[in-house]
Amino acid sequence: MKARAPILEWRGVTKRFGGKLVLDRLDLTVAAGRSLVIMGGSGQGKSVTLKLALGLLRPDAGKIRFEGRRLPGGLRGAQQRLYRVAGVLFQGAALFDSLTVWENVAFRLINADGLGRKVAKAAALEALEQVRLEPAVADLYPSELSGGMQKRVGLARAIVARPKILFFDEPTTGLDPVTADAINLLIVDLVKRLGCTAVSITHDVGSARTIADEIAMLDQGKVVWRGSVADLDQSRDPAVRRFVRSGARDAT
Amino acid sequence: MATAVPLTLLSPVNAVGRLTLGLMALVGSLALFAFRGLVASLSLPWYGGQVLRQCVAVGFMSLPVVGLTAVFTGAALALNIYTGGGRFNAEQIVPQIVALGITRELAPVLAALMLAGRVAATIAAEIGAMRATEQIDAMRTLSTDPFRYLVAPRILAGIATLPLLTAVADIIGIAGGWLVSTLSLGFNPTLYARATIEFIEPWDVTSGLIKAAVFGFIVTLMGCYHGYRAVGGARGVGRAATRAMVWSGVLIFATDYVLTSLFTH
Ligand SMILES: Nc1ncnc2c1ncn2[C@@H]1O[C@H](COP(=O)(O)OP(=O)(O)OP(=O)(O)O)[C@@H](O)[C@H]1O
Ligand SMILES: [Mg+2]
Repeated sequence: MKARAPILEWRGVTKRFGGKLVLDRLDLTVAAGRSLVIMGGSGQGKSVTLKLALGLLRPDAGKIRFEGRRLPGGLRGAQQRLYRVAGVLFQGAALFDSLTVWENVAFRLINADGLGRKVAKAAALEALEQVRLEPAVADLYPSELSGGMQKRVGLARAIVARPKILFFDEPTTGLDPVTADAINLLIVDLVKRLGCTAVSITHDVGSARTIADEIAMLDQGKVVWRGSVADLDQSRDPAVRRFVRSGARDAT
Repeated sequence: MATAVPLTLLSPVNAVGRLTLGLMALVGSLALFAFRGLVASLSLPWYGGQVLRQCVAVGFMSLPVVGLTAVFTGAALALNIYTGGGRFNAEQIVPQIVALGITRELAPVLAALMLAGRVAATIAAEIGAMRATEQIDAMRTLSTDPFRYLVAPRILAGIATLPLLTAVADIIGIAGGWLVSTLSLGFNPTLYARATIEFIEPWDVTSGLIKAAVFGFIVTLMGCYHGYRAVGGARGVGRAATRAMVWSGVLIFATDYVLTSLFTH
C-alpha cells in the first residue's frame, strides 16, 4: 500500500497550549481513498490534530500538507481548497443555533455554492435520511434536539455536498448501538463506494474495526502505534492493548 | 552593559515596555480586524438576507429607545437654554440653540450611546457564543467566510441605520424642545417652528449624520471584535459583551471630539 501518495500529512507537528505540550513532533499520513481512524485517551490531542489540518489552530512547529501543498497557504490557497472538498463533523456538532436543522444541513449549499433554497432543502432532507433522521426534524432548531440527534445533523451537514475527504470527530459517541451501526456503515459506504478519504476519531474499538482501513494510536503527543485492523489484536503496544481489552469487555 | 544595572531597577522599565507592547498588539489586532471587516463590508458578495435582518435588529428595533431619549433630551435642553438665555435677556434664542445642539451633537451621540447599550453587547454575546461553541470554526470549514456572513452584515447595518435613527432623533428632539417651549415657556408654536427652520443650515444636519455613520461603524465593530475574540466559555462571552459596550461608549466620545474639531476648522 506504500504506492499511494498521501492526500494529507502531518510532519513533525508540535502544538503547545500555554506550557503544556499536546502534540510532540507528530508524524501522520492519510492515503487518498483510505479510512484512517485516530484512537487515543481523552485529552491526548486527537481533536487538536484534526483542527490543525483544518487550519483552525496553528502548529508551533512542523508542516501540514494537503495534496502536497502546504497549509494554510494564503487567501485562495490549499486551505480554501481543502474546505471546498471536506466534510467536517465537530465533536460538539457545532450546529448554528439560529438556523433550523435543514438550514444547518444546507448551509454550504446555500451560502457557498449559491444553490436555491428549494434545491438545497431537498438535498438536506436526503442527507438527513442517510443519518436516519425523520423529515419532521428538518424545521426544528438544534436546541430542540437530543445530543445524539444533533450529532447526526452535524453528520448530515458534513456529507451533504458529497465531500472528497471526511473529518469525523467521534461520529458515534452518544448514539444508541443500532444508530451507531448505521452511521458506521454509512462511513464505510462513503469510503468504499464513493472513494472518499476519511479521518475519524473514535474511542470505540468496535466502531474502529468497522470503519478503519488503518488505525493510529495517539499517546503523549505522538503516534505510538499504527497498523491495519487485522494487526490490532497482535499489537504489543501497551496503549493499544488497553484499548482492545476494554473494547472486548464492552462488547460482551 | 545591561548587567551593570541591577535587575530591580529595570522592572519599572519592563512594566512600561510590556504595557506598550500589549497596547500596540491590541491596536494592531483591532486595526487588522477593522480592515478585514471593512473589506468584507464594502466588497461583494454580500449576504443580502443577513444584511436585511441586521438592519431590522440594529436599526428598526432601536427606534423606540432612540425616540424616547431624543424627546426628553430636547425638552430638557430647551428648559436649560431658557434659563441660561434668561441671564442675558436672550430667552428667544431657545429654538436656534435647541436645533443646533440636537442636530450637531446630541442626536448622533445619544443615538449612538443607546445603540452601544442595546446592540454592541448583543452582537458581542451572539458572536462570542458562536465562537465558544465552534460555530465560527464550522462556518469556515463550510467555505463561508465569517467576516462576510457575520461581521459585514452587522457593520453595514450599523453604518446604514444609525444615520437614519439620528435623523429621526433630530426631528423628535427638536419636537421635544418645541413642545416644552410652547406648552410651558410661552413660545408661539408657529414662530418657534419658523425660527428653527430659518436658522438651521444643511451642514448642521449633515455633519451630525456623518458622525452617526462613523459611530454606527464603531458600535458594531466593537461588538463583532470582542465577540470574535471571546475566550473561555460563558464567562468569556459575558466579558466580551461588557467590553464591547464600554469600548463603544469611550470611542464614541473620543471620535465625537475628533470629528467635531475637524468640522469646526
Ligand atoms: N483551545 C485550547 N486552549 C487550550 N488548551 C486546549 C485547547 N484545545 C485543546 N486544549 C488542550 O489540548 C489537549 C488535547 O485536547 P483535545 O481536544 O485534542 O483532546 P482529545 O484527544 O480530543 O480528547 P477527547 O477524547 O476527550 O475529546 C487537552 O489537554 C486540552 O486541555
Ligand atoms: Mg476530542
